[in-house]
Amino acid sequence: MAEKSGADILVQCLVDLGVEVVFGYPGGAVLPIYDALYNHPTIKHVLVRHEQGATHMAEGYARSTGKPGVVLVTSGPGATNAVTGITDALLDSIPMVVITGQVPTQLIGTDAFQEADTVGITRHCTKHNYLVKTPAKLAEVVHEAFHIATTGRPGPVVVDIPKNVQIATAPYAKPELKVHASYHPQTKADASAIDAAVEMLAAAERPILYTGGGVINSGPQASALLRELAALTGAPVTSTLMGLGAFPASSDQWVGMLGMHGTYEANWAMNQADLILCIGARFDDRVTGRLDAFAPNSKKIHIDIDRSSINKIVDVDVPVVADIASALDDMIALWKQRNHQKVDLTEWWARIAGWRAKKSLDYAEGGAEIMPQRAIADLYAATKATGKDVIITTEVGQHQMWAAQHFGFDAPNKWLTSGGLGTMGYGFPAAIGAQMGNPDSITICIAGDASIQMNIQELGTASQYRLPVKIFILNNEYMGMVRQWQELTYESRYSNSYSDSLPDFVKLGEAYGWTGIRIEGPQELEAGIRQMLETDGPVIVDCRVAKLSNCFPMIPSGAAHTEMLLDPSQVKGSMTDEAKALV
Amino acid sequence: MHIQEELSQRHVLSLTVSNEAGILARIAGLFTARGYNIDSLTVADITADHGVSRITIVTNGPPKVIDQIIAQLDRLVPVHKVTDLTENGPFVERELALVKVAGIGEDRIEALRLADVFRAKVVDTTIESFIFEITGTTEKVDNFVGLMRQIGLVEVGRTGVVGLIRGKEAN
Repeated sequence: MAEKSGADILVQCLVDLGVEVVFGYPGGAVLPIYDALYNHPTIKHVLVRHEQGATHMAEGYARSTGKPGVVLVTSGPGATNAVTGITDALLDSIPMVVITGQVPTQLIGTDAFQEADTVGITRHCTKHNYLVKTPAKLAEVVHEAFHIATTGRPGPVVVDIPKNVQIATAPYAKPELKVHASYHPQTKADASAIDAAVEMLAAAERPILYTGGGVINSGPQASALLRELAALTGAPVTSTLMGLGAFPASSDQWVGMLGMHGTYEANWAMNQADLILCIGARFDDRVTGRLDAFAPNSKKIHIDIDRSSINKIVDVDVPVVADIASALDDMIALWKQRNHQKVDLTEWWARIAGWRAKKSLDYAEGGAEIMPQRAIADLYAATKATGKDVIITTEVGQHQMWAAQHFGFDAPNKWLTSGGLGTMGYGFPAAIGAQMGNPDSITICIAGDASIQMNIQELGTASQYRLPVKIFILNNEYMGMVRQWQELTYESRYSNSYSDSLPDFVKLGEAYGWTGIRIEGPQELEAGIRQMLETDGPVIVDCRVAKLSNCFPMIPSGAAHTEMLLDPSQVKGSMTDEAKALV
Repeated sequence: MHIQEELSQRHVLSLTVSNEAGILARIAGLFTARGYNIDSLTVADITADHGVSRITIVTNGPPKVIDQIIAQLDRLVPVHKVTDLTENGPFVERELALVKVAGIGEDRIEALRLADVFRAKVVDTTIESFIFEITGTTEKVDNFVGLMRQIGLVEVGRTGVVGLIRGKEAN
């Protein structure tokens, strides 16, 4: 059998696994791999400006294409810089494989130059990780790594490869997939659980479908099946931040996002429901609000591919451990087989209409400043009018919540945001990754003035690869969400939440060869957005918005779904220690 | 504001795992990362090819936390099976301790007498000391050590608990 070097084995595996793009940054401990990638005919390498950028690009690529994102970084600082993105991918269940270089095996443990204990550091922020000590094992490990990253509940997998293992040779043949005997995620639900779920759904008078990122991870078919189940039952549908787009926002059955900055109707419907069907969501603290007041009178069914998500925070009546598409398919089949009819939900919908009438997403307009909500709404209208495929990414903060509230998503994989970890600096690189995987889509990062600066160095990456991404900054010169919490909790003592010494974003963009646009008032908004969309290359828009706008509605820390604040007049400015201590 | 603590129950968990580098760190780290407790942990390989190890963990927590611990352990790729011995019917648990006691005269005789009652073996002796080997449940070992403390306990080494389900079936 022909021998290959470890580096060649790795690259051959990537080719065999269908990898088209690798996001990475070279360094001493990965030089052999970079040499194997030199002028590679099928694998495109995207040279980032910081390894964290590479991980978020891989996440954006993965979330928008459904394929695993691949990252290649060097040992030591290369690996540690990737840790934030790896953790982000773990919390949001994004399939990602991160290849890290390592010092040669004989130097491991000697505090060698650029040595870090990568498997130790990443052990608890990966789904699984490996240190490969011989090229003979490499092919098997890489194939298993991709399998683990993409199956079950997806997540990041790290493969740490010492430099001598990249150079040493071993016989190579394309490996059979050999997976740990202990790894067998359950994808098919127990028939009895499906039966119970269908019967409860058929009998419910006030049902609600509470959907999450799991629907999107399960693939486009899951979104289609969700729509079918919603049509069969006539139930209202809400979603977590991560699940937006799995169910169309344009549907009459859509009640908006739930949780801390969800709509009044979504949260009240959750509170008053007699049956909650949780589909690929995980009862996160941002969703439940005060736990002892969460949906107190409802039965709960929870479909999740990860058994550890079930009963973790909220006890449920019927656990369904399965892949979402598979479970929905089974439920729909049984529903039809039993000839169940839609329950008359007229009364339930009438109550929901009452909550909707609060118009909880409304905001006051008319001043000289652009309201940030208006900027998002206009951006939505303008992008929709293009008729093109649109992918939105966000950073983390107020702008993220406004985007979730005021941009309508009708399809999965078009909304990329850091939900679990809440990583500022995610959105811009994620947009680059998404654009890489979807060259014909309009890809826009909606950002804040503070978070865009967390990975601003990637402006150069977009320029280098001619990626026409757009950055739309809602610039209020504050870390707005921090400032908002300081107003709610600390009597408006704005400790370090003012964005002092902001750069001139227009000039900064221009320095990297981008087009820069500044929008300063309501009369410039429409034209500015149009110019951004009509410009071929990358564009950075500095949209100056009302400085002190806050994100409403809001369930403050420690409050129940029924205790939403709808507008600033309800803010008291201080909280009890118990509420302050919550995240 | 004060931090409230929940009532805990003791559970003995038995895991089979692939015997590979880092597995113990993965498990111990999971407990620290998620704030679970480890009262004792034992590990040794149990198959002829050294491919599989059994890890026995004594933990404590409210029932909901115990369920989470099991689900989280089960999620680790190299973990084959997690059994909650405390929940899954009658089981045998044992630990072994070496107990060093020093003393002369009447203390020495009393130590030997108690060792006999507890079926502890003398595995080392000098004119002024014994090392006893005792096996039993945690409670039995605790009791023995408690009595020896009154006589002249010098130091103790304990293995932590191992356990198996009673009856002919494997768990």
